[in-house]
Amino acid sequence: MWQALHEELGPRGFTAVTVALDARPEDARPWIEAAKPTHPSLIDTAHVVADLYNMVNVPTVLWIDERGRIVRPNDVAFGTDTFKHITGLESARPLGALRAWVRGEAPGFTADETRAHLALPTPADQEARAEFGLGEWLWRRGRPDAAGRHFDRAGALAPHDFTIRRGTMPMRGVDPMGPKFREMLGAWTTAGHSYYRPLPDTRG
Amino acid sequence: MPGDRFTILDGGRVGELPAPDGLALVERARAAGRPVALDREEGAAFLGVSAAERGRALATLEAPDFTLPDLDGRLHTLSAQRGRKVLLVAYASW
Repeated sequence: MWQALHEELGPRGFTAVTVALDARPEDARPWIEAAKPTHPSLIDTAHVVADLYNMVNVPTVLWIDERGRIVRPNDVAFGTDTFKHITGLESARPLGALRAWVRGEAPGFTADETRAHLALPTPADQEARAEFGLGEWLWRRGRPDAAGRHFDRAGALAPHDFTIRRGTMPMRGVDPMGPKFREMLGAWTTAGHSYYRPLPDTRG
Repeated sequence: MPGDRFTILDGGRVGELPAPDGLALVERARAAGRPVALDREEGAAFLGVSAAERGRALATLEAPDFTLPDLDGRLHTLSAQRGRKVLLVAYASW
């Protein structure tokens, strides 16, 4: 889907940059090979981008203008309606807004609006990312038990960070679509939290 | 396990040094307000970036730059897209 958008809007001075927050490049390969992207399609096993942009779940999308400035901060947008019945989020509105912005028919947020919608990390978020970083390195070095301890600590520090809690499941031999995930999600939503937290105008 | 050697992970760099020097670096990073994940048994620590520093950078609205590989290992840098509007999408197979 992002490739189709890239082709459609590329002539208007647009590019998609996609980043897979996957434990192994091989996990992302089927998606990338099916999409045949002509835009940068990157692999971020260490969650460098999640750290820089304070991303706590996927999908997360941002708009960046020609000068390299954020004009729409972290939002949730799906390229298709495949998961609409689960997420309650339809793709049409954010895609329409994106097209209008790229075509110059509508501006992004103003700087003040963007700052107002920015999600800034807390000290606990950054402690969690350090624990994740150490765990990820240990896992890659063949130390899964030690890694698991740091992933646990990271998840306790930032329980809202599913790039950590769900994203480390494949490194722990846990199915990220399976019962452990459904249990985590159930506990999270029962406690009154949302799994996806789109910007207000995306939620509609 | 590694005895007298200690690994410091810092901003994508990996350094190995004698354990006392590594632990001294850990203390210095903590004193500077950086988040630190430490594993004494494994002889390794990850020095993170503080919430204050990340927050300051984001509040400028300048998109934080990064360089990452594609599936073929070719490196791409976000800022090379200057002059274009960019949709940055983070996704995962999970």
